[in-house]
Amino acid sequence: MHTNEGLITAAYVVAAVLFILALGGLSNQEKAKRAIWYGIVGMTLAVAATVSSVEGQTGLIALMVVIGGIGGWFVANRVQMTQMPELVAGFHSLVGLAAVFIGINADLEMGSALAAREAGTVDQLAGFAATIAAKTAVELSILKVELFLGILIGAITFTGSIIAYGKLAGKLSSAALTLPGRHALNLGALIACFVLGFMYLEGAGLWTMIAVAVISGLIGCHLILAIGGADMPVVVSMLNSYSGWAAAAIGFTLGNDLLIVTGALVGSSGAILSYIMCKGMNRSFVSVILGGWGGETQSAAAVEGEMIEAKADAVAQAVQDADSVIIVPGYGMAVAQAQGSVSELTKRLRSQGKTVRFAIHPVAGRLPGHMNVLLAEAKVPYDIVLEMEEINDDFPVTDVVIIIGANDIVNPAAQDDPGSPIAGMPVLEVWKSRHVFVCKRGRGTGYSGIENPLFFKDNTRMFYGDAKASMDDLLRELD
Amino acid sequence: MRIGAPREIAEGEARVALTPESAERLQKLGYECMVEAGAGAAASISDSAYESAGVKLVASAAELWREADIIVKVREPSMDEVNAAPDGKTVISFIWPAANEDLLEKLKTKQMTVLAMDMVPRISRAQKMDALSSMANIAGYRAVVEAGNNFGRFFMGQMTAAGKVPPAKVLVVGAGVAGLAAIGTSVSLGAMTYAFDVRPEVAEQIESMGAEFVFLDFEEQQTDGAETGGYAAPSSPEFREKQLEKFRELAPELDIVITTALIPNRPAPELWTEDMVAAMKPGSVIVDLAAERGGNCTLTKADEKLVTDNGVTIIGYTDFPSRMATQSSNLYATNIRHMMDDLTPEKDGNPIVDMEDDVIRGALVTHEGEITWPPPPPKIKAIAAAAPKPKEVVESAEEKAARELAEMKQSLNRTGWLLGIGGVLCLGLGAVAPPSFMQHFIVFVLSVFIGFYVIWGVAHSLHTPLMAITNAISSIIIVGALLQVVSGNSTVMWLAAASILMASVNIFGGFLVTRRMLAMFQRS
Repeated sequence: MHTNEGLITAAYVVAAVLFILALGGLSNQEKAKRAIWYGIVGMTLAVAATVSSVEGQTGLIALMVVIGGIGGWFVANRVQMTQMPELVAGFHSLVGLAAVFIGINADLEMGSALAAREAGTVDQLAGFAATIAAKTAVELSILKVELFLGILIGAITFTGSIIAYGKLAGKLSSAALTLPGRHALNLGALIACFVLGFMYLEGAGLWTMIAVAVISGLIGCHLILAIGGADMPVVVSMLNSYSGWAAAAIGFTLGNDLLIVTGALVGSSGAILSYIMCKGMNRSFVSVILGGWGGETQSAAAVEGEMIEAKADAVAQAVQDADSVIIVPGYGMAVAQAQGSVSELTKRLRSQGKTVRFAIHPVAGRLPGHMNVLLAEAKVPYDIVLEMEEINDDFPVTDVVIIIGANDIVNPAAQDDPGSPIAGMPVLEVWKSRHVFVCKRGRGTGYSGIENPLFFKDNTRMFYGDAKASMDDLLRELD
Repeated sequence: MRIGAPREIAEGEARVALTPESAERLQKLGYECMVEAGAGAAASISDSAYESAGVKLVASAAELWREADIIVKVREPSMDEVNAAPDGKTVISFIWPAANEDLLEKLKTKQMTVLAMDMVPRISRAQKMDALSSMANIAGYRAVVEAGNNFGRFFMGQMTAAGKVPPAKVLVVGAGVAGLAAIGTSVSLGAMTYAFDVRPEVAEQIESMGAEFVFLDFEEQQTDGAETGGYAAPSSPEFREKQLEKFRELAPELDIVITTALIPNRPAPELWTEDMVAAMKPGSVIVDLAAERGGNCTLTKADEKLVTDNGVTIIGYTDFPSRMATQSSNLYATNIRHMMDDLTPEKDGNPIVDMEDDVIRGALVTHEGEITWPPPPPKIKAIAAAAPKPKEVVESAEEKAARELAEMKQSLNRTGWLLGIGGVLCLGLGAVAPPSFMQHFIVFVLSVFIGFYVIWGVAHSLHTPLMAITNAISSIIIVGALLQVVSGNSTVMWLAAASILMASVNIFGGFLVTRRMLAMFQRS
């Protein structure tokens, strides 16, 4: 220990405070731009303080940070805003894997520390091993428990995030995988993990921890595979939470308060986000985690009637006649990268003196706040982008509603049909407006596979086509 | 096959059942189109417009009836027309089978397949061919225009240098398609518009069009419109009395009254009595869209405009759609085109009369030498029956207080339990864990709480940046890897190095992406 221990702790305290400020700063858009700097400074401080406290390997550290930094920089700059959900999920997997590695390391170090204690060569130990060597028997047991938890959560986060990435990027089917007896399977695997953990506590070697990592990795895979596409926003924030808890568990293992504080912050933040999402869909958290709405085949009322198609000229006519327009974007807008055209449309209509607003459902897109980010990217002013509660009462006095690639969040069955799988979920009441145009790729059902009676309503017209192409057509018609 | 539209021979009928636009679409379905020369003239559609749409012009009606396989018309064919027609044709037009049984007989003996546009069932799938609705829509609009034409003042109230103009007060009775169209037109002209209907469920539609629903304080359960296919049913004498009383009260203030009340297969209900007309101001206008069925107003004379002694104009025209022949021909031809769409599933120009299809079966009145009217009831109902509205529970102050107290108790109880269990768990942990662990544990619990409170304050629209930034911050795990990388054990060193690499990707990537996102949020 070269640097003063107190100084390092002080740096950690400052870093922790900065992290709290960074999260708290996101309470509004203006403050948020400053908040990110708190986070960056905090992180730099924490890393610098830690590096200065350890001896040697500076070259290796620098190399790894530079390579990783360049990699991260490259990915972050290249990624499309529409790919945010995948990116965040992918990043989570890194934290999970790192937690597993560090956990395994901790066990190895513990082994060498104990060996050194036997041999009386504790003085030669460096870094973490030296800390371990000073521990009592009870502390060592607790350390093992923490280590076990860190590896367990880390491995679940790792594989779960990879699966989530695959589903969000469209590389895996988004449908819920429902194996027979999946709850028993999960429970069995979890019990196996705890048994292995207990054996480890009793002195069984590193292999138990590696087995735990493998088994919990399988749990992570299976858990996320069983969650249906519509629940993906919850999954992403849940994995976010897990990565935090993994960091906190590692913090306990290493006896590092900064890791504990930060891990707990991230963990609780992810948990609350998941809770908010679940409330947005009127679903209980437990039922989301334990496997989507797979298998629920309640008899949803059959929809009668016919979808009537409208072409761009009809939409343009209606929009031109309207005084107030509300645009409801969904994942389809993201997929088609239509936000630019939508923004152009908004600009055009606003310049003609029409009221144009956006209605954002809490679970629109594949990640909380997804739509806001896309619209912001396309330079749609954020003060006309409103939340569901703010705008839901305005639909009856709205002339035209344009739904772009959204389905379940505007499904009246949630209110009317108790047999529907989404019954009770709060939805945007678009059907109360005068005209509804639904811009949609084809006749299929939405992500959750539920029929949408909105499309059959008298005041609804279907505007088929790729969202971007359709918006461009509409813009041409408005010229 | 060939589709042909003859010139309408009924007096004053200006519409035509085929337009150049609809002909183009019909040709895509595989049909050849023809039209009698001059058929569209009254609707401002020239023969050359037809020709350039690829429609063959035929000199006489007789030739058209001979050449075409399918005859499309607006008005029901007259006896003479049917007599002169060759056998076995398909005819699509308004038929009014209930009123024209002789005609049905005649069509039957002529082996004709006849589809009545007025018999298309009122189900959502059939809306695109519901000619009654499209004609009613035009009638509603035209009723307001006719009223305005005969009314000596503005619709909209104005403050001008030459004095103040009060807005016109318009009452629309009956909020069906025509009524709603009239409401919409009247509101957009700026009049103060009131509307009445015996079906309480249409109040919402009336208000959505910008008119005020005239509310009757009446206890009786009204018939749900769903049971009558969306049409009004006759009301009880008490209800009618109440309704007339309300109209009597309104009459002196109203400038324009448009009545559209009709009950299927009955004479029009008499709703605007002589004394109401007498109570109206001179210069007021009544447009009676139910004139053909006897009129809602006692004084209405069908097809006539008359002025009463006290200067109220009563318009009883029955040909409103024909007065806007271009528009109504367009819509009617489109309705017919949709009907052909459904009749030609293969798009090969050969109509198939599918007796299993509710819409086609409903419209079919004669087929293969049989009268097929009236049709069996459709398999699906027009509209789902409305659920009875639950009574709203009004709670008294005491009940409210009691409920709130109970809720508070419950939440206190829950909080108490949670705190209790949490406390016991903490104590249990404290009993076995060494002090060094408890120190970290305090930090952990407090951080969870801080996180909890901080995150609730985050704006909804910033949830994605929040996710990205917490993702970046969670790579604080790099600190753990940094502490381990200096180990003498090379496995540990390399694992730690790999962790540092991954965490760095996350740190840089996470913060950069967050920054990119936040930079985009801007105010208008």
